[in-house]
Amino acid sequence: MTHPERRDSAEQAEYRAHCRDWLAAHHPGEPPVRLPTSALEIMTDQQMDYLRAWQGAAYAAGLVGCDYPEAFGGGGRSDCQRIANEEMLAARTPYFPNIIGLGMAAPTVLHHGSEELKARLLPRLFSGEDIWCQGFSEPGAGSDLASVQTFAERRGDKWVINGHKVWTSLAHFAEWMILLLRTDKGHKYEGLSYFVVPIAAALGRGVTVRPLIKMTGETGFNEVLFEDLEVDDSYRLDELGKGWQVAMTTLLFERGAGDLVTPRSGGLKSSSAHTTSARAVMDLAQRTARGKGLASEDPLLRDRMVRQAIREEALKEHQRRARVPALIDHPMRLPLQNKLLASELAQDTAALALDVAGPAAGLYLGDEHAPAGGQWPLAYMNSYGITIAAGTSEVQRNILGERVLGLAKSK
Amino acid sequence: MTQPRNYGFEEEAGMLKDAARRFFGERLPVDRLHGLVATDYDPEGVAPLRWDPAIWDEMVDLGWTSLAVPEDAGGLAMPWVAVAGLVEEAGRAALPAPLLTTLQTTALLRHLGPSATSALEEIAGGVAATVVCLNAGGCPGPGSLRASDGRLDGEAWFVQDAGKCSRFLVLAAEEDGAWGLYWTSADAAGVTIHSDAIVDLTRDQARVQFSATPAERLAGDGLQLWRAAEPELWTLLSADMVGAAEWQLQTTVEYAQQRKQFDRPLGFFQAVKHQLVDVMVAIDESKSLVYSAACALDHEPERRRELALMAKASASETAGFASGRSVQCHGGIGFTWECYVQLYFKRQEHSRRLFGDAATHRAEIARILIDRDAA
Repeated sequence: MTHPERRDSAEQAEYRAHCRDWLAAHHPGEPPVRLPTSALEIMTDQQMDYLRAWQGAAYAAGLVGCDYPEAFGGGGRSDCQRIANEEMLAARTPYFPNIIGLGMAAPTVLHHGSEELKARLLPRLFSGEDIWCQGFSEPGAGSDLASVQTFAERRGDKWVINGHKVWTSLAHFAEWMILLLRTDKGHKYEGLSYFVVPIAAALGRGVTVRPLIKMTGETGFNEVLFEDLEVDDSYRLDELGKGWQVAMTTLLFERGAGDLVTPRSGGLKSSSAHTTSARAVMDLAQRTARGKGLASEDPLLRDRMVRQAIREEALKEHQRRARVPALIDHPMRLPLQNKLLASELAQDTAALALDVAGPAAGLYLGDEHAPAGGQWPLAYMNSYGITIAAGTSEVQRNILGERVLGLAKSK
Repeated sequence: MTQPRNYGFEEEAGMLKDAARRFFGERLPVDRLHGLVATDYDPEGVAPLRWDPAIWDEMVDLGWTSLAVPEDAGGLAMPWVAVAGLVEEAGRAALPAPLLTTLQTTALLRHLGPSATSALEEIAGGVAATVVCLNAGGCPGPGSLRASDGRLDGEAWFVQDAGKCSRFLVLAAEEDGAWGLYWTSADAAGVTIHSDAIVDLTRDQARVQFSATPAERLAGDGLQLWRAAEPELWTLLSADMVGAAEWQLQTTVEYAQQRKQFDRPLGFFQAVKHQLVDVMVAIDESKSLVYSAACALDHEPERRRELALMAKASASETAGFASGRSVQCHGGIGFTWECYVQLYFKRQEHSRRLFGDAATHRAEIARILIDRDAA
C-alpha cells in the first residue's frame, strides 16, 4: 500500500506527476503562526490569510476541484481528486481553510444549484476567496434537524429571513452560508427550503455572528442571528419545499458518502491532524514509564493499542473494498459507516493515549511537560465534537439500521 | 510489492462466489441443514457423523477441491482472494463438509515444494484431507506425536473433520529436535480415531492415535512450514466466520422486521436496531481485513502474517459478537434447539478459538507493531 501510484490509470498517472512536480516547487513552507488542529478552529486573520493563500495557490495549480466540470471552475477530470489529496498529504501541506465549502457547499451547489449560481459561486469557493459556513442546526433543532424554525417570508422576488442558527463553524470568516430554513410552517419536511446566503455582506444589517466557546477553550464556531435579512429568490437551491432533499445531499457529503471526493490537503508537522493514529499512541507508550518498565510493555495497553491498529487498518481497507462491487452487499453499506467509524475510532484512540500517558494526560497545551504538547487531551475533547456533529453516532446508527438493514424507522 | 486496487478479485472470482452462494442456497438451505445435523439432542452423548457425503462429491465435480492446487499438480491455482470468496459462502451456509479443512491442508502442502505434488494431486482429484498438528493444548508443537523411520506414534488433538477426511497431513517430532510433515491415510494401519463430543453440530473433531502408522515424509522443516502456512489457515477460517456472521446478521434482521412487540417491529426499537448495526460494523471490519489478508497472500508477502493475524483477531471477535446478538435479539425462540441460530452460534464459538484466539493473535501483532519483531 506504500505505492498507490502503481494502481493509477494513464490519466491519473500523468496528473499525479503534475501534482508531485508542482508540490515540490511550490510547498508553502512553514506557517508564520501556530495552526490549530483543523480548519474548524481557525481563530485569527493571520492564520486564515496564510491558509487561504495556500488554497488559492493549490487551486490555481489544478489541485482543488479537479473532478468538477470546467464550466464551473473545475478541472474536468475523472477520479483525480483522490490523487491530488494523496500527493498533498504525502507532501505534508497545510490543510485547506474552506473545509465546509469544499466538503459540503460545493457538491450541494453542483447537484442542486442553477447554472448561474454554479458558475458564479464555485470558482471563488475552490480558490478560497469565499469562505463558506453551514446554517443547519438551531437551539431547538439538533438531531431532529427537520424541525428548524428559521423562517423566510416571501415578499415579491425576495425573502425576508428571521431566526437563529448555532454551531456555525467559520461563520466569522464566511462570505457565504448554506442555509436550511422554513418557508411553510404547516408542513414539517415539505415546508423546508434551501438557500445560499451572502452573510458577510449583511453583517450588521440583518446578520449577527457571535462566537461560542468550546469545552476545549478554543473558539471557531458561532451562533448566527437573522433579523429581517432580505435575500433574492435566485439564491434558492432546487425547488421551493425541496430543502430537506437538498440537505440530505449536503449530509451525505458531510459524512463522506457522496459521489465526489472532497479536496483535502494536510500532513504539515505543525498541525496535529496526523498524530492521533494508533502508531502515535504506540510511540507514546514507548516513551512513557509504567511501573518498572514502559507503558509499551503493559499487556493490557498492548492489547488495546493493537485493537486500535486493527480498526484503523479496516477503515483504510473499507475505502478499497467499497470500490469492488463483488465484495459488497449494499452500495451504501460501507460509505454510510464512514463518519461513525472514523469519529469513534479517533475518540477511542485519543482516550487510549490518555490512559497510556497516565497522570501526564492532564497536562494541557500551555504546559511544557505535556506529552505531544497537550494535543491528546485536546484531541479527546474535540473528538466529541465529531461524534456529535453532522448527525450524532446515535443518529448514524439509526440511518444505518434503516437505510442499509431495512429496519423500521425509529420515529 | 503492493496490492492491486480490487484485491485481484477478478470476474472469475466473482463468478465462483456467486455460483457457491447459489449452490449452497439450493443444495443446503438452513432448514435442510437443521434436519441433517440437528436430528438428535443428547447433550451428554458423542454425536454420530452427521453430514451428507453426496454434497462433497458435488463440490468435487464443481472443481472446488482443485481451486487452490497448483497447475503442475492438476489444479486451477486460483488466487487466495477467490478461494476466500468461496469459503465465505461455505461459512454462510455453515457447510458440514470438509471443504475448509481440505483447502487449509492444500495451503500447507503448497509450501512443501515438489515433495507434495502427489498429495496435491490426490486433493485435486477429490480426496478430502485435514491437518493433524495440534497438541493437547491446541498448539502446534511439543506433544506426544513422534515419527521415526517413516512410522508415526502417539496422538494429536483437535483434528477437524477427522471423520470426514481420508488423508491426514501430520506434524510430528523427529529425533534430534527436528520436525517433519507426513502424509498418511485415515485408514492406514495403526490409526485410531476417537471422536470428540463437541458442541458444534456442523463439524466433527477427533483425537487421533497412531501406532507404528506408515506415513510419507514430505520435504522441509515441519514446524517452520506450519508457521509459514498459518496466514493461509487463519485467513480462510476468518472468511468462514465472516460468512457465518453475515448469515447471523441477515437472519436476525429479518426476525427484527417481522416480530412485533408493543405493536412495533423489534427493529423499531433503538436498543435492538443499534445492536444489529454494531454487528454489521463488526462484520464489515472483519470482511475488509479478510480480503486484504487474502490479497497479501497473493501479492504482498512481507505483510501476510500481520494482515492475516489482524483478520483472524477481528473475525474471532466478530464471530462471538454476532453469535451472542443473534440469540439475544431472537428472544426466547433464539434459545431453543429448533431455532436455526443455534447452529451458527455453535459453529462460530468453535471457529473463533481454533488455531489461536483473538487475544493470542493480538499479542503477536503487538510484537510486530510495537516491538517491531520481524513478522
